[in-house]
Amino acid sequence: MKNSFLRGMSHGIPICLGYISVSFGFGILAVKAGLSVFQASVISASNLTSAGQKAGLDVIVAGGAIIEMILLQLTINIRYSLMALSLSQKLDRRFTTPHRLLASYGITDEIFAVCSAQKEPLTPAYMYGMIFISAVGWVTGTALGAAAGELLPASVSTAMEIVLYGMFIAIVIPPAKKQHSILFVAVIAAALSVIFRYTVPQISEGFAMIISAVAASALAALIFPVRDEEEEAEQ
Amino acid sequence: MSLATYIIVMAGVTYLIRMVPFTFFRKKIKNRFFRSFLYYIPYAVLSAMTIPAIFYTTHNIWTAVAGTAVAVLLAFFEMPLIVVALAASGAAFLLGLFM
Repeated sequence: MKNSFLRGMSHGIPICLGYISVSFGFGILAVKAGLSVFQASVISASNLTSAGQKAGLDVIVAGGAIIEMILLQLTINIRYSLMALSLSQKLDRRFTTPHRLLASYGITDEIFAVCSAQKEPLTPAYMYGMIFISAVGWVTGTALGAAAGELLPASVSTAMEIVLYGMFIAIVIPPAKKQHSILFVAVIAAALSVIFRYTVPQISEGFAMIISAVAASALAALIFPVRDEEEEAEQ
Repeated sequence: MSLATYIIVMAGVTYLIRMVPFTFFRKKIKNRFFRSFLYYIPYAVLSAMTIPAIFYTTHNIWTAVAGTAVAVLLAFFEMPLIVVALAASGAAFLLGLFM
């Protein structure tokens, strides 16, 4: 129990570092929008998401309607449902309902990414370890950015923004090297995402990502259906 | 509208989006197409999220390309996540000093 918590924490270190740098930017924005350091930190601790918080901040500043906030969060964050569904297939028996209710708080792009890359079933302790260190990074970065954002040289803070994407690359490339179907799905998804970005810019990034990922995975599932043994090995 | 109301709505919607499928989807999926689909989803999601967004991260296309190239190379040699992630950032930072 304790070991898997620590293992989750150590797997979460790159996420934590990336989060500190990304949420730093959110802290700066929040203070510019007139929020206090504490208010900015509460938003980060309760939402644990980047794009949704930035968009939510815009609604707050504009004094927008609640329905606008709801629709915006749904649009931007609906991708988490897809990730939660995918992770629900990888859970250990120990994941009872209370654990599911608690751990679902921490399903972010990055935690989903690292959990998906695990060979063994996910235990609650492992996910809690990862969520804990990631959330600490996210809230700490927000508070630091809100309190002292202007002090960090721009060369450092901008270079930090690439950290999490570097981690995504490190998760996709090794299996893509070994399995043509994974290389195929990664290339198709990237291509669709590029097409959306430059030909239909009015579609939000969240939706463009979902459509690209769903289309690429469906195509790969048709062309390269997984065998039962493969699936067993994955579980 | 008070700030607290906004924050509660924001956090509540975001939590429900995550919680509902995670908590209520309990059985193993038998359908082969759907199983295959879920097997590929993580890679598709990460790939669509990374490209082209990674090229806009550092506010300069060349430092972003340098960071990406370093990440791809190190990932190809299967270095640990933290090494790849920090090296990408380090490469973007170093090139940024010369720009």
